[in-house]
Amino acid sequence: MELLIASAIGVLTAAGIYMVLRQRTFSVIIGTSLLSYAVNVFLFASGRLTVNAPPVLRDGVDVYADPLPQALVLTAIVISFGMTAVVVIMALGSYLSAGDDLVDVPDPHADIPQAPQTLRGEAVE
Amino acid sequence: MTHWIIAPVVLPAMLAAILVLVARFHISLQRTLSVAGTVVLLGIAAGLFWQASDGTISVYQLGHWQAPFGIVLVADRLSTLMVLVTAVLAPLVLLYAIGSGWDTRGRHFHPLYQFQLMGIMGAFLTGDVFNLFVFFEVLLIASYGLMVHAGGAERLRAGTQYVLYNLLGSTLFLFALGTIYAQTGTLNMADLAERVATLDLADNAGIRVAAVLLLLVFAVKAAILPLHFWLPASYAEAPAPVAALFAIMTKVGAYGIIRIYTLVFPPDLALTQGLFDTWLMPAALLTLALGMIGVLGARRIDKLVAFSVIGSMGMLLSAVAVFTPDGIVAALYYAIHSTFATAALFLLVDVLRDRRGKAGAWLNDAVPVAGGPLVAGMFFVAAIGMTGLPPLSGFVGKLLILDAARDSALVWWVWGTVLIGSLIAVVGFSRAGSQIFWRSHQVALVQADTAECEDEEANIADLSPPQPALPMVAIGSLIALLVALTIFAGPVTRNLSATAAQLFAPEPYISAVLSMPGKVIKSDSYGDDHADDATKQTDEGGH
Repeated sequence: MELLIASAIGVLTAAGIYMVLRQRTFSVIIGTSLLSYAVNVFLFASGRLTVNAPPVLRDGVDVYADPLPQALVLTAIVISFGMTAVVVIMALGSYLSAGDDLVDVPDPHADIPQAPQTLRGEAVE
Repeated sequence: MTHWIIAPVVLPAMLAAILVLVARFHISLQRTLSVAGTVVLLGIAAGLFWQASDGTISVYQLGHWQAPFGIVLVADRLSTLMVLVTAVLAPLVLLYAIGSGWDTRGRHFHPLYQFQLMGIMGAFLTGDVFNLFVFFEVLLIASYGLMVHAGGAERLRAGTQYVLYNLLGSTLFLFALGTIYAQTGTLNMADLAERVATLDLADNAGIRVAAVLLLLVFAVKAAILPLHFWLPASYAEAPAPVAALFAIMTKVGAYGIIRIYTLVFPPDLALTQGLFDTWLMPAALLTLALGMIGVLGARRIDKLVAFSVIGSMGMLLSAVAVFTPDGIVAALYYAIHSTFATAALFLLVDVLRDRRGKAGAWLNDAVPVAGGPLVAGMFFVAAIGMTGLPPLSGFVGKLLILDAARDSALVWWVWGTVLIGSLIAVVGFSRAGSQIFWRSHQVALVQADTAECEDEEANIADLSPPQPALPMVAIGSLIALLVALTIFAGPVTRNLSATAAQLFAPEPYISAVLSMPGKVIKSDSYGDDHADDATKQTDEGGH
């Protein structure tokens, strides 16, 4: 089981990093989701892997499942879920307003002033 | 009385909820509540600072659970100092946001601002590393909203980049925390300090990995060299009051480094030997160089200030990397100074962008700025502060850093980089200042000569609209704080020396956190399934 979990974390992380290094926000968001899955499994495994063990300490129990990583991973899942939702909306907004979904900020400095309104962010449609 | 410790977290959280539920359509009510909230926050922060200023370490147990099991908030000198700096910055930036009308250019500015404050305060006060992660996420998610406040294509693009970068940082943070938990079985900072000290060097590669990962996480927040890419675009594109508030956010990263690496991985620990001399110091010096070169190369005034933030973080972290009490004193003094200097500069940049018409933030020829002498004077003073020329606090801070670095092995590198870097920054700032404030008069004369009354009309039209006073009051107060920091440099550094001394003798902190008794579960219900479940759930709810 250790091998299975460890290789799953490894593959998820590798795939996530590959996707994160891509140029378009869609792939990058997929990449961050994969990374957050990897870290969730990793957190879960940080309390050691046990099967069929009671969750809390009790007298006379030697093998138990650590409940704390489960609480941690719940928090991490909720947070990464919320963050992914935020970044999807922002990437969508950026795509709709700029016309492409590249991640890098284009260099608008090639030739001096653009309309100041776009720099200051008002009234851009 | 101990409940005051959680007030800086609870107050903005409740206020934000009220603002968004009750006052969402009433901008004046929002403004009143928001300002009142930050003023009360300042009072509470001052109270906490006063309470900790005699060296007491107050501990607050959430849900009254004893330390390694429940989460604690700890108010020691360092935490209360950072809370106070944030609380001083918050109302001033808020005044600017109200005066300049930034809060009406999009929705929900005030609630997001309060949530941001809640996250920052919580990050400074918490005594639990996982809770630190949670507060980081609170401050980040509020900053995402603030970052794209008022919208616009370029801002959304920079915002998306900022969010993605920080998502990766959060993932890294979780990996670090998982490793720490797997190696030590605890996440409470004081408990960690005790357990890490007993770990054996040979078979604990994991905890070394965790220490480096954690340093990387804080380096992302503090924008240290290979991890600084998110900063220039985000800070330059963010709305000015938000960028000014972000001045404290890079300091959260620096705070994390100072806190974790004095308490959990202290400098004499064999496990993390060489982390600072070999890695952090060169990275900090390169950051400093990069920031100052960026100041010289910037073609927009907002980018220039953003790069000066990177430079100042490099300066601050080179003082941290010395890792002696003197170094920490210098770093903290410089952190306070650069927070106010950066905030003042970002607000001034916004005034310039506003008043320069089409030229905006570009460093090119344009007509003079309306209200020129006042703005120019403020820019001059703030730039002196930022670049660290005498007589302002930047100079004092830099002297402290140079002095602290004397015993470091890399002393000549530090001295050389700091001094040459400052020189470059002075050149960069004076070039920008003279371009905007002096050359513009030449341009105006030429324009008046060649084109007739029409252009002249335009020149005058630019000068005519009445300028609201509130933004200038906010910027003026920030600059006054710099002056005060210079005048009271003596008392401030004495206080900071006590702070550093407390940091380098962590035993009272550890014993204060761990020896505080918590609630007792009645022994007759112990072993009963339901009671066990209930305790477990409360524990989870706490996280």
